[in-house]
Amino acid sequence: MLPAWLDFMGYGPRLFIGGLLTLEVALLSLLIGLVLGLLAASAKLSRSAFLRAIGTAYTTLIRGVPDLVLMMLLFYGGQIGVNAVTDWLYSVSGGTIDMYININAFTAGSITIGFIIGAYMAETFRGAFLAVEKGQMEAAEAYGMRPLQTFWRIRFPLMMRHALPGIGNNWLVLLKMTALVSIIGLSDMVQVADEATRANHAPFLFLIPVALGYLIIAGLSEIVFQWLTRRYNTGVLEGDE
Amino acid sequence: MDGLLSQLGDYLNGNQVFTVSTLAMYWQGLVNTVQLVFIALIIGLLLSLPFAVMRSSKKAWLKWPVWAFTYLFRATPLLIQLYIAYYGFAFIHPAEGSLLSTFSNNALYPALLAFTLNTAAYTTEIFHGAIKATSRGELEAARAYGMSRSLMMRRIILPSAFRRALPTYGNEVIFMLHASAIASTVTIMDLTGAAYYVYSRFYTPFPAFIFVALLYMVLSFGIQGLFKMLERKLLVHQRPRS
Repeated sequence: MLPAWLDFMGYGPRLFIGGLLTLEVALLSLLIGLVLGLLAASAKLSRSAFLRAIGTAYTTLIRGVPDLVLMMLLFYGGQIGVNAVTDWLYSVSGGTIDMYININAFTAGSITIGFIIGAYMAETFRGAFLAVEKGQMEAAEAYGMRPLQTFWRIRFPLMMRHALPGIGNNWLVLLKMTALVSIIGLSDMVQVADEATRANHAPFLFLIPVALGYLIIAGLSEIVFQWLTRRYNTGVLEGDE
Repeated sequence: MDGLLSQLGDYLNGNQVFTVSTLAMYWQGLVNTVQLVFIALIIGLLLSLPFAVMRSSKKAWLKWPVWAFTYLFRATPLLIQLYIAYYGFAFIHPAEGSLLSTFSNNALYPALLAFTLNTAAYTTEIFHGAIKATSRGELEAARAYGMSRSLMMRRIILPSAFRRALPTYGNEVIFMLHASAIASTVTIMDLTGAAYYVYSRFYTPFPAFIFVALLYMVLSFGIQGLFKMLERKLLVHQRPRS
């Protein structure tokens, strides 16, 4: 049984579950954003003009279009688009490939936010990769490391130190962006609060605690980032450089 | 506008989605979006000036309230701020004809309030950063000339801070334009609201949303170009001499 001050006219448990859903969407889109960001940053720094053009087109598209519009496009259009692709596969393969992919608000929301934050991450990673000394990579090559080994053992850990402050900022932007999934109908904490507000005509009772929920998540992630910063700054003396 | 639209009818060639009436809807949406964003940005900019000066002050009672304001508005989603403003006014049922009733009858006003305060918070921090970055030598020179603090603020600190803040402020303007898409959730027929209407009327997500995405893109790059031009004009002294 919840204490009375956490009951919120019976909406307490649903608000809490909504908060967990917010966190789930945020973490999943962070993962997507980090992967896309690394790929896009590598594309932008690559020697191939084609890859560079794709990277630039990606970040330009994201900078020009509102997050909500992209999310609606993917949510309302995604199912039609995916169905067209699977139908085409079905007819081309003569009925051997028969699948159905469901685009719900959770997938559409997480993919859109991940896609958008990936473009932000790309800029962060690009700057961080450029900040790593060339000598380190040359040394790795001289030791006979293969390119992928050099990347994961030398380039990535050294780059992370420069990227962490940017990643922290992007995470906070992403966290606030998750509020938008309530618009396409996912029951995150904003959606529950919105529903409760309209049912009870109490504009502050539900919305202000949810705002506090965002502050709490942001505060907790601050602790994680401090730990990560310490870890990736191992061996760096303050005021060095 | 109506004459133009009826002429357009011939060119549309019986297109199912983009008819004269849906294009008129997009146009109204464009007007609403631009109006909302423009007014919020102007008032927010005017508010942020004194706020930034207070935020940079050494006096605690001036500095911390502004800090708390910018922290709260920047750390919570704009959507929640919009809902609080919208429902806050909608559920107080003020007397007809009073100033409050104009706020609760038209969603445009609460949305304007939320957007204005939000952009004021971000802009305050942008200016605060620019004020803090004033080089020490400039301040020392001003003091050596016997300038008072307020004169120094007006003649030395603020003019150079504006210029330093310009590129970041340009990003904030584009951010605000994109953030305004959520106005459609509180019954305002902005660009996104028009696109949603067209989508649900014809069940055609791709034309409806891609068209509106292109419109936002044109607006965004227009703003970006405008700020590039301003930067070229105002930041001449920072260009490399060739």
